[in-house]
Amino acid sequence: MFETAVLVETLVKAVIVVAVVAGMAGFATFIERKVLAFMQRRLGPMNVGPYGLLQLAADGIKLFTKEDIVPQNAVKPIFMIAPVIAATTAFVAMAAVPYFPEFTLFGYVIHPIISDINVALLYVMGVASVGIYGPLLAGMSSANKWSLLGAARAVIQMLSFEVVTGLSVLAPIMMIGSLSLIDINDYQVGGITHWLIWKQPLAFILFAMAGFMETNRAPFDTIEFEAEVVAGYATEYSGMRWGLFFIGEYANMITISVLVSILFMGGYNSLWFIPGAVMMLIKVSFWVFLFLWVRAAWPHIRPDQLMWVCWKVLMPLAVVNILITGFVLI
Amino acid sequence: MELKDFKQRNISPGYIFFEGEKAPETGWQAFQKVVKRTLKGELFVGLWIVFREMIRFDIHTIQYPAQKMEMSPRYRAIHRLLRLFESGSERCIGCGLCEKICISNCIRMDTHIDEKSRKVVSEYSINFGRCIFCGYCAEVCPELAIVHGVEYENASEQRAHFGLKADMLTPLDTFRANEQKEFPGFGALSDNADEAVKQTPLAY
Ligand code: SF4
Ligand code: SF4
Repeated sequence: MFETAVLVETLVKAVIVVAVVAGMAGFATFIERKVLAFMQRRLGPMNVGPYGLLQLAADGIKLFTKEDIVPQNAVKPIFMIAPVIAATTAFVAMAAVPYFPEFTLFGYVIHPIISDINVALLYVMGVASVGIYGPLLAGMSSANKWSLLGAARAVIQMLSFEVVTGLSVLAPIMMIGSLSLIDINDYQVGGITHWLIWKQPLAFILFAMAGFMETNRAPFDTIEFEAEVVAGYATEYSGMRWGLFFIGEYANMITISVLVSILFMGGYNSLWFIPGAVMMLIKVSFWVFLFLWVRAAWPHIRPDQLMWVCWKVLMPLAVVNILITGFVLI
Repeated sequence: MELKDFKQRNISPGYIFFEGEKAPETGWQAFQKVVKRTLKGELFVGLWIVFREMIRFDIHTIQYPAQKMEMSPRYRAIHRLLRLFESGSERCIGCGLCEKICISNCIRMDTHIDEKSRKVVSEYSINFGRCIFCGYCAEVCPELAIVHGVEYENASEQRAHFGLKADMLTPLDTFRANEQKEFPGFGALSDNADEAVKQTPLAY
């Protein structure tokens, strides 16, 4: 009986998370266009619905009804599965992420996390890295040189930033002594001064940069930068398969925002009178906004510069950070 | 004048030349450059500028089909043939100057002598596939008969649209409704034309 209850609960949570995050990802595309437009003194989408709000629905209809083209020389099964990998991994990564403090509904305590595993951070980062198979397979199976270039860039990019991500979170983990995101969150109870960002500022900056690389956002959007590689790995995609890549990207963005908020910015702990859930929403919104903001403001860098900065600057800094943390802990 | 000055004679005196940053020569200089650029905060200036524009909300979008751009009178779009304000008859006297001056050779006209022994223009057309909207025709016209309009929405199904005499001539009912405005743009007299005119010296 107990087993069934857990199963049902997990299923319901999973469905809710996927639905809500997919919805938020869709909405994020709208917000992105609006924010970018405002920052460039434009209006953005205005014609569908009030202030262009229904643009979202229009885009959805377009994506769903567009013809799904598979190019002639593409490796068909791989070409078709690649976007699914990208989207699935983005959502699977969310299984171990707590979003809100636990609350009671109808006398039933709900933990807003699908599965509280003790290696949550490792799991999330691992699954997110598996997500690179989406662009890689898509690029290699498309029979298109732009796609291939995009895939190659995706791989060099991942090889570069993955080291920085791992090493940068190592220092906070050493202090906390746990990989569970709930433990990490609980470590920072007690107001802004207890946030890890003050104790580990360098790790915070490194992790944030790696987050930008992981989500392929400007200034590290080398793998689908239009001016250089058309649309990178997604050049040959159309319709809903392209949409899956897109949703995956935005879902990744939300995951990274949640991760940074939990790891460095006090997670879902309440602050003064603001309840934890609201704090979390505020932080995640801020991070999503930051992603868009940075895209509007900063130029993007070349792939070689990206590797250079990862291997020659960020990685040594991360190692130094770990060493210092280690000495301080001892 | 030196060669450099000669080559740059189109540049006003206040122009500031920027030779570019000196490339670092040694590894130490390169390192200094990296550190300086990293800690300078230029990136945050960039962030602030776009954020400032967002909160200022000084939007420059024109929502096109609903709002249209106000064109300057000197804008040179599809031509118009005007009528005389006094009589309502066509201003064009069929002098043929516009046909002659048109560098794309795209104006064609046909004239005849009517029963009152006056020269009238029977046909007048501009091939807008070839017109380059240089404005010479409007400028050369002694009667200010052919002028440039400001309508820029020229999509059409036929090449010949817009370019026939009937398309360009102010329709009579528009004219009667007093809606033909004097043309202030290309080739028209300026507001202070009277002051600029010198009296013809009749003394000699
Ligand atoms: S605008 Fe220039 S090209 Fe066009 S009809 Fe007049 S003179 Fe010819
Ligand atoms: S220059 Fe003017 S008056 Fe002469 S033919 Fe052309 S439009 Fe008519």
